[in-house]
Amino acid sequence: MTDRETLLEVRNLKKHFKIGRKSIVKAVDDVSFDVFRGETFGLVGESGCGKTTCGKTILGLHKPTGGEVIYDGMDVHALDSDRKKDFTKIAQIVFQDPYSSLDPRMTVGDIIGEGMDIHHLCKDKGEREERVFDLLQTVGLNREHINRFPHEFSGGQRQRIGIARALAVEPEFIVCDEPISALDVSIQAQIVNLLMQLQREKQLTYLFITHNLAMIKYISDRVGVMYLGNLVELAGSKQLYEMPYHPYTQGLLSSVPVPDPRIERRKETAPLRGEIPTSINPPPGCRFASRCDYAREVCYEVMPPLIEIEDEHFVACHLMASP
Amino acid sequence: MVSRESFVNLSDEVFERVGVDPEFSEHLDKPSLTYWADVWRRFKQNKLAIFGLVLMVSILVMIFVGPLISGKNYKYMDSSVKNLRPNSEYWFGTDDMGRDIFTRVCYGGRISILIGFLCTIVMFVIGSTLGALAGLKGGWVDNLIMRFAEVIGNLPYLIIVVILTMVMGRSIFAIVLAMSITSWVGTCRMVRGQILQLKELDYIEAATALGADTARVIFKHLLPNALGIIMVDITMSIPGFIFGEAFLSYVGLGVRPPETSWGALASAGQQQLMFHPHVLFFPCLMIVLTTLAFHLVGDGLAEALDPKLRK
Repeated sequence: MTDRETLLEVRNLKKHFKIGRKSIVKAVDDVSFDVFRGETFGLVGESGCGKTTCGKTILGLHKPTGGEVIYDGMDVHALDSDRKKDFTKIAQIVFQDPYSSLDPRMTVGDIIGEGMDIHHLCKDKGEREERVFDLLQTVGLNREHINRFPHEFSGGQRQRIGIARALAVEPEFIVCDEPISALDVSIQAQIVNLLMQLQREKQLTYLFITHNLAMIKYISDRVGVMYLGNLVELAGSKQLYEMPYHPYTQGLLSSVPVPDPRIERRKETAPLRGEIPTSINPPPGCRFASRCDYAREVCYEVMPPLIEIEDEHFVACHLMASP
Repeated sequence: MVSRESFVNLSDEVFERVGVDPEFSEHLDKPSLTYWADVWRRFKQNKLAIFGLVLMVSILVMIFVGPLISGKNYKYMDSSVKNLRPNSEYWFGTDDMGRDIFTRVCYGGRISILIGFLCTIVMFVIGSTLGALAGLKGGWVDNLIMRFAEVIGNLPYLIIVVILTMVMGRSIFAIVLAMSITSWVGTCRMVRGQILQLKELDYIEAATALGADTARVIFKHLLPNALGIIMVDITMSIPGFIFGEAFLSYVGLGVRPPETSWGALASAGQQQLMFHPHVLFFPCLMIVLTTLAFHLVGDGLAEALDPKLRK
C-alpha cells in the first residue's frame, strides 16, 4: 500500500434536500475522502446517515449542494453532456434493492445489454449476444436466462443481473450501494465473493456502502464511518476495528453481536443509546453530541474537524483533538 | 456469523467462490416468452375476457359486413313496410318510415364506434403528452399543466357541448371536439401519476447511471411500463364515448339525419315505445353489448398486464 494512486477525490461534498419552505435535510454535509485505485473503500453507518446519497452524488446522479468530486483528474459535476456519458462508462453502480432496480418490461439480455447499446460497444447483434452470455456466466447465471424477465428470478439472481449490468460497460470504478442488505445470509456470501473475485480479475475499485460491519471488515481496505451526513472516522479497516477512536465507532463496533457468550459478557464499551436524530435542520456542533457519553460543552457548539491522529487514521472528535 | 477471534483470521482461502457448473445447473424447459406473448397467454386464460373479445369482434364484423348481407339501403324508405316486426325479410323489423332497422343499426354503429375511437385517440394524445410532461418536468411546468387541467375539468360538460354544437353545427367533428375537450383531464392525471411513481424507481436511475438520455428513459423505460395502465384506460373509455354520443344524439345534439347513430336511433325509437318497442330495443341492445364487450376486454387486459397478478 505504499505507492498508491488516488482515483477518486471527494472534497467537502454537500448534498442538502429542501423539504417544505424552511426545513433542510443535510443528507451529506461536508464529507471529504480519497479512494485509491484498486482498493475497496467501505462506507458504513446507520440507516439514513447519508451513505447512499453520498454514493449517488459521487456518480453524478444527484447534483451536489457544494463541494466537488474529482475522478482521475476530472470534476464529475462539471462535465459537459458528452464527457458525462463517457464517465458513465467508467463508473457504475450496483443498487441496494434487486427488485426495483431491474426494469420489469425488459428481458435480462436487454437489461445487461443496455449499457453496451448506449455506448455502442458492440458491432452487431451476434457480438452483443456473446458478450451478454459471457457476463451471465461471469456472474453465475445460465445462458438460457437471456430471454427471461426479472420477475422469474430470486433476489440473489436479480442482484447478479444488476452486477452484470454494471460490468457490461467494463467500468473501473463501481459504487456498491448495499448490494447485499436485501439478501439472505448465504446469498450475501456468494455475492460478496463474486464481487471480490471480479475485483481481482478486472482490477476494479469499489466504493462499498453497507451497514453490515462484519462484511465491511472482511472486504474493505479502508473504512469511512458516517454519522448523520458527516464522516466521523476514517482508517484502514484493520486499524479501525482494533482501535476505534470515535465514541460512535466504538459504540457501533460493540453492537456487532458475537456468537460467544463469554466475549459478549466481557464487552467493555456500552452500546449506543437512543435513536439516531433527524438530519432536518441539525444544530451546530458535533452531530453525535446528543448521544455521546463524553460530550462536553464544546461538542454542542463547534463541529469537530477531521484530523489525522495516527498514520492514516482520521477522527472527527474534540476528545481526540485536545485530550 | 463467526466469533470475533476467528473473524480476524479470515483469509481469502476461506472465501472460495462457488461458481455454476453449466453441466449441473438447472435446465430450463419452459420456452421464453416475450412480454406481449406472456400477456396474451394470461389474457387467454380469462374466459370472460375472451367472451368480450369475441363479442367485440362480432359486433365490428356485423357493423361492417351487415349492410352487404342484408342488401338494403339505410336511407331507403318504403311506405308499404312501415313498423314491421322482425321477420325473415327485415331481421330487426322496420321503422315508421319503412326503413330496415338492421341496416340502420349497422350504419349507426359505424358512426358511434368511429366517434368512440376518435374521441379516445384525441383524449389519449392530449392527456398522455401533458401528463408525461407534468410528471417528468415537475416544478412550475407540473403546476401550470395541472391547474389548467383542473380548470378544464371543472367546466360543465353539457354546456360546452351545447355551445360547441351550436357554433360548429352538428357534425362528427364538432361532437368529437366537444367530448374530448374535457375528457383528457382524467388521462392526464393518470399518466402523470404513473410517471411520478415510475421515475423514482431504481431502474430509471440505473439507466441514467448507464448514460441513457431523456428520450431513451421515456421511450425504453417509462412508456413501456406505463403502457399497460394506459391501454386499460383506453379500452375502458371507448364505451364511455359511445355512450356519451348516444346520450347527445338522444337529446338531439348528435349527428344530423339522414346520418344516424345508435343514440339517434334510440331517440327515434323512444317515441314509438308503446306500440313498436323493437324500434328502440335493437339500438339499445347494441349499445349495451358494445359497452359490455369493451369493459370485459378492458378488465381482462388490466389483469393480464399487471405483473403483480402473474403466476
